[in-house]
Amino acid sequence: MTRTVGPQPGETETNQTPAEVADAQAQATKVGTSDIRELLTRNLRQSGIYVAFFVVVVLFAILTGGTSLSPGNITNIVLQYSYVLVLAIGMVIVIIAGHIDLSVGSVVALTGATSAVLVIRHGAPWWVGMLAAIAVGLAVGCWQGFWVAYVGIPAFIVTLAGMLIFRGLTLQVLDNISLSPFTPQYQKVSSGFLNGLLGGNGYDAFTLLIGALAVAGYAVSGFRTRVARIRYKQPVESFPLFVARVVVVAAVVMYFAWQLAHARGLPIVLIILGVLITVYGMITKRSVFGRQVYAIGGNLAAATLSGVKVKVVNFWIFVNMGFLAAVAGIIYSSRSNGAQPAAGQNFELDAIAAAFIGGAAVTGGVGTVAGAMVGGLLVAVLSNGMQLQGVDQSIQSVIKGLILLLAVAFDVYNKRRAGSSR
Amino acid sequence: MDDYILEMRSITKTFPGVKALSDVSLAVRRGEVHAICGENGAGKSTLMKVLSGVYPAGTYEGEILLDGEVQKFGSIRDSEHQGVVIIHQELALVPYLSIAENIFLGNERKGRAGLIDWNKANADAAALLAEVGLAENPVTPVGTLGVGKQQLVEIAKAISKDVKLLILDEPTAALNDNDSAHLLDLLRRLRERGITSIIISHKLNEIVAIAQHTTIIRDGKTVETLDMAAPDVDTDRIIRGMVGRDLESYYPDRESHPGEEVLRVEDWTVKHPTQDRLVVDHAAFNVRAGEVIGIAGLMGAGRTELAMSIFGRSYGRYQEGRVFVHGREVKARSVAEAIDHGIAYATEDRKKYGLNLIEDIRRNVSAAALSKLATRGWVNGNEETKVAEDSRRDMNIKAPSVSSIVGKLSGGNQQKVVLSKWLFTDPDVLILDEPTRGIDVGAKYEIYTIINKLVAAGKAVIVISSELPELLGICDRIYTLSAGRITGEQPVREATQESLMKLMTKERELAA
Repeated sequence: MTRTVGPQPGETETNQTPAEVADAQAQATKVGTSDIRELLTRNLRQSGIYVAFFVVVVLFAILTGGTSLSPGNITNIVLQYSYVLVLAIGMVIVIIAGHIDLSVGSVVALTGATSAVLVIRHGAPWWVGMLAAIAVGLAVGCWQGFWVAYVGIPAFIVTLAGMLIFRGLTLQVLDNISLSPFTPQYQKVSSGFLNGLLGGNGYDAFTLLIGALAVAGYAVSGFRTRVARIRYKQPVESFPLFVARVVVVAAVVMYFAWQLAHARGLPIVLIILGVLITVYGMITKRSVFGRQVYAIGGNLAAATLSGVKVKVVNFWIFVNMGFLAAVAGIIYSSRSNGAQPAAGQNFELDAIAAAFIGGAAVTGGVGTVAGAMVGGLLVAVLSNGMQLQGVDQSIQSVIKGLILLLAVAFDVYNKRRAGSSR
Repeated sequence: MDDYILEMRSITKTFPGVKALSDVSLAVRRGEVHAICGENGAGKSTLMKVLSGVYPAGTYEGEILLDGEVQKFGSIRDSEHQGVVIIHQELALVPYLSIAENIFLGNERKGRAGLIDWNKANADAAALLAEVGLAENPVTPVGTLGVGKQQLVEIAKAISKDVKLLILDEPTAALNDNDSAHLLDLLRRLRERGITSIIISHKLNEIVAIAQHTTIIRDGKTVETLDMAAPDVDTDRIIRGMVGRDLESYYPDRESHPGEEVLRVEDWTVKHPTQDRLVVDHAAFNVRAGEVIGIAGLMGAGRTELAMSIFGRSYGRYQEGRVFVHGREVKARSVAEAIDHGIAYATEDRKKYGLNLIEDIRRNVSAAALSKLATRGWVNGNEETKVAEDSRRDMNIKAPSVSSIVGKLSGGNQQKVVLSKWLFTDPDVLILDEPTRGIDVGAKYEIYTIINKLVAAGKAVIVISSELPELLGICDRIYTLSAGRITGEQPVREATQESLMKLMTKERELAA
């Protein structure tokens, strides 16, 4: 049976009667539509968050008279929330596997402090500080992964302990005092921009070029996926729909790039973030490791009995979280231009909130990196918009809490509906 | 005129896109045991959920009459208030609470000042336990009881709520023959006391033994209601109604041509994971290519434990013993190693241990051999879809597409997904633990056909089953297991249910 939908030039069926052809086509369309419906219902938790994000962006654009979408403000949002997004990438993987990590805020502080002590107090070069921070993050990940995976202590307990332990170690490392400032090279990570490399008249051509490259990459990889699916006789969206999707994405990305180009250019943080999102998106979706994470979260016993090395996977999930916490620690210390004993407090909650708002399931087995990013951005745009509007800090906190509650309630409601449909 | 305790008239229930029940009617006479039969997915459970108020009035069409009065149940509480109690397949007891606490949960025996009167609760519970024939102390935690006894606790709980109409969904699916017989006996006694029961079951001989009437549902419609006292009504008659066709035989024919020995197990001994006792005691058996062997044993004999401990030591603590695959000794210390050595094990509890219910068919089929679809750690999604499509076709999995969520499939189709998953690992030996538990007659026949195809292709198959007729119908040889020991081995042509049962209870009599 042909399962491709849409025009298929060069694939006319020759040895069938017209009735058979019509029948096959009707069947193909039927399969196609049911697939689309299924796709929509499956992605409802995800599409819901995209719609919500869009609404919030438009809402604040109107409320602030366009200020929220100004080049300067967009740059600001990226710089201000990048470390939460980095943490959310690791956190969503932890949550998909059915765990939680409460320690990331303390790990951000500890890695930043390690780096600051080396660079500021001992005058080490900027890259030594960063490598040391990453090493500390990996060590923390190994420590927590060991207790969770090999000793079998619930991650909630291990990371709650970690939250206290690493906060304490931060204080030790810093001798209870703040350190600043970093060398200019170190500061570049969070406040540097790639601009002027290609010149431009009032805008940065390099930023536009990177934007264009990203769009081209998206289109080419999309097209290759499409070709591969056709070769495997899989249903694909019709060609005009595919083009429309690429055009919409291109428009959004280029608008974003255009705005950045008019401000200060391409923030280095954004490049780091873009690479991380792309790589981790691939890992979670397409790698054996990523698929085993979903399997463990979906049904631990079934995964074990299917030969998944659960302990190994769990261990690496936490090592990875430690690594990303170190990256966030570097970005944060660079942005705050120093290390403080109280740095990173409540970051774990922001990261967890981003993952859940982005559609991750409390029970594990469900969630995506893209969803967590949109979840994080939703909170970011919301906070930023409220700040621009001069909303009181206390009200902001209440609203963020309600958003988290609503997002998970939506998830639970969806699941109940799905459960009762049989 | 007949005295009906319950009438359900023209019940129609639709879910988005599916008509689960269409114009179903059911009439149950006072004081009878009324059986409901149908293939999985026929709508039996949906009908009972309508009756018990899980689907509240208004979400379905038609009417429910209890004692001649129209009822509109908004929730399970409403229906229980009217004396309709449903006992689900998955028991709803709290394992850490005592028998008495479970019986009176939500219905506590209160004394002065609204506090629970534990003396009264325990005394009442003891009386109820005597009634259902369960000799246990009411303060015993429910989690320490076997499934059969838990079932009895559920019934005691129902009686404590002044039940008029007791609904049992697959009550004997997880019970061994002794416990099943005891349960059916209890239903007879309850009937004498005036309690009407509705029983949903796939075990047709039990239905023949106990029911006065049987209503058959097929594809969401009532097919017929049989009077079980009529002369020509037997299991074959019920099956005809359920599948809408005559089944030539329960078991497809197969020519047996055993080849080389594929798996040999010697002196296999395993300790309980926490307690200091042997669960498998020097077990030895072998299976050849193109051969189906059966492992028969009562519950607690160690059948699943034997299989799982061989499958990468996924149960208990290994003591001693050797496993040979194709004559070479293998040491499979993990499931991954067992799979590499060509051993596959399809669990008895597919929902708990076999499937990722929130994922689709595709990802479940690939789960045990993902590396076969991957190059340098990256999975080829299209290849994966193709594999799943092939399985869907070969196994006749009834689902709109391979991206259908497995949790929404019927039991028979879920079992086919489990089999697909293991076949994709390309095993030499397949251990199938209760491969047809809780699935309907038509799907059972399909599973047997699949097993036949596998052995025809030279695989070795080990079937563990509680149903002796099934083992006699599909195996070449049958081993019996009792208290962790292999107590016998019989070629199928010499074996009978009686001879097997004798061997299965051998060790116990010695111990007693």
